Amino acid sequence: MAELEVSGITFAYEETPVLEDVTLALHEHELVSILGASGCGKTTLFHIISGLHKPQQGKVSLNGKDITGCPGQVSYMMQKDLLLPYRTIEDNVSLPLLLKGEKKKEARKKVSPYFEEFGLEGTQKKYPRQLSGGMRQRAALLRTYMFSKDVALLDEPFSALDTLTKSEMHRWYLDVMDKIHLSTLFITHDIDEAILLSDRIYLLTGKPGRVTEEIVIEEPRPRKREFNLTEEFLEYKRRILERL
Amino acid sequence: MKRKSPSITSKLLPAAAVLLLLALWQTASTAGLVPGFLLPSPVEVAKAFAEDFPLLMDNAWVTLLEAFIGLAAGILIGFVTAVLMDCFTWLYSAVYPLIVLTQTVPTVAIAPLLVLWFGYEMLPKVILIVIVTFFPITVSLLDGFRAADQDTISLLRSMGASRAQIFRYVKFPGALSSFFASLRISVSYAVVGAVISEWLGGFNGLGVYMTRVKKAFSFDKMFAVIFLISAISLLLMWGVNLLQRISMPWEEEHR
Repeated sequence: MAELEVSGITFAYEETPVLEDVTLALHEHELVSILGASGCGKTTLFHIISGLHKPQQGKVSLNGKDITGCPGQVSYMMQKDLLLPYRTIEDNVSLPLLLKGEKKKEARKKVSPYFEEFGLEGTQKKYPRQLSGGMRQRAALLRTYMFSKDVALLDEPFSALDTLTKSEMHRWYLDVMDKIHLSTLFITHDIDEAILLSDRIYLLTGKPGRVTEEIVIEEPRPRKREFNLTEEFLEYKRRILERL
Repeated sequence: MKRKSPSITSKLLPAAAVLLLLALWQTASTAGLVPGFLLPSPVEVAKAFAEDFPLLMDNAWVTLLEAFIGLAAGILIGFVTAVLMDCFTWLYSAVYPLIVLTQTVPTVAIAPLLVLWFGYEMLPKVILIVIVTFFPITVSLLDGFRAADQDTISLLRSMGASRAQIFRYVKFPGALSSFFASLRISVSYAVVGAVISEWLGGFNGLGVYMTRVKKAFSFDKMFAVIFLISAISLLLMWGVNLLQRISMPWEEEHR
């Protein structure tokens, strides 16, 4: 059974069509990428799935329940880490629980076991500005995870990081994914990143944006470090480049 | 330890400048360059201060109380106004010009009217202080609320946050630093506002004391009370700084 289903989404922003008939699905424990050039409506699509925007046509459903235009159902991590500068990491991470009405103490208790898993030990009492970019991204991801443990939307979470930090974060992310079994929908414009991380890739192209291709990456997990140097990897890349 | 030395020099320099100025003033007075009844020497001012100390403290207490009540009311009104104006755009468009208008009315001109309307007790003084302090508070809070990051607000909305929660977790803490900037201005406005309104009528307070000693041509006491008022304002501003440091610990780390 599909966890998240997006069907026939059409959206226009003040007369300008942005998305046309977008249909896609995310199954349990899958990591699916949406790959496309900047400005093809990827972020708009996430705003719709998260319920911030209402589409003119189409439906978003989670485990069979219609959630079109209802915020607060799936976790959403935006491009910037958006950690609140005036809250400690611990309190930033517990924010989703506080919003659901939990007490501060309880929320802190609930988030604390995850710090180790996410490689954030010792940052509990620190403020975001005291952390490096990679660490902040981890904290933002943990916060996303604390909101919902089923489905997460990640909008280019690693795009602001430098190349070295980025590949380190990729490895870390695949590692964490194996442990926490999150189903993730992932936006990226980085082809390598998409092939490296995903089970499936949707290509979103054109103006208005449309899903033009679905590519299944057969490579099993956990993936080898050298996966991105193999012949198969290049073959996938060639196929994607032809289509974009 | 090394980092301390520049801060010590930065404190020593202004202190030295003040001492030098006082020394010059004292020399000019003792040398008879300025007549003593027009400009008393620092030593005479200090003597007057010590002589009238209990009286000054009694009056200062009254002035401080007025300033404090007026400021508290100003903050409360400013906060409520800013929150309402942030919530309702139509209210913002309607009221904002009006609030600016209240600031163009000269304080000294309305103070006597307030005395006529509300008498010689504390009320007209408090009202005057509210008028001068609520404007900077309202504007700074409003700017702070409006400067809140839209992406952060979207993120909280995607987590299903209510408007009240967005206010509590994003807008309010984000407005704190501009609030404290305006509070620093407002505390000195409050003290000066209290003194001005006491000039125009009242039974107690530093402003009343001031008019009394002026009529007696006791310029030494006049200067003593002027210095006391500046000292009080400085002390209050320092208090605001302290309060800011306590309530915004995240700023401390990178200072």
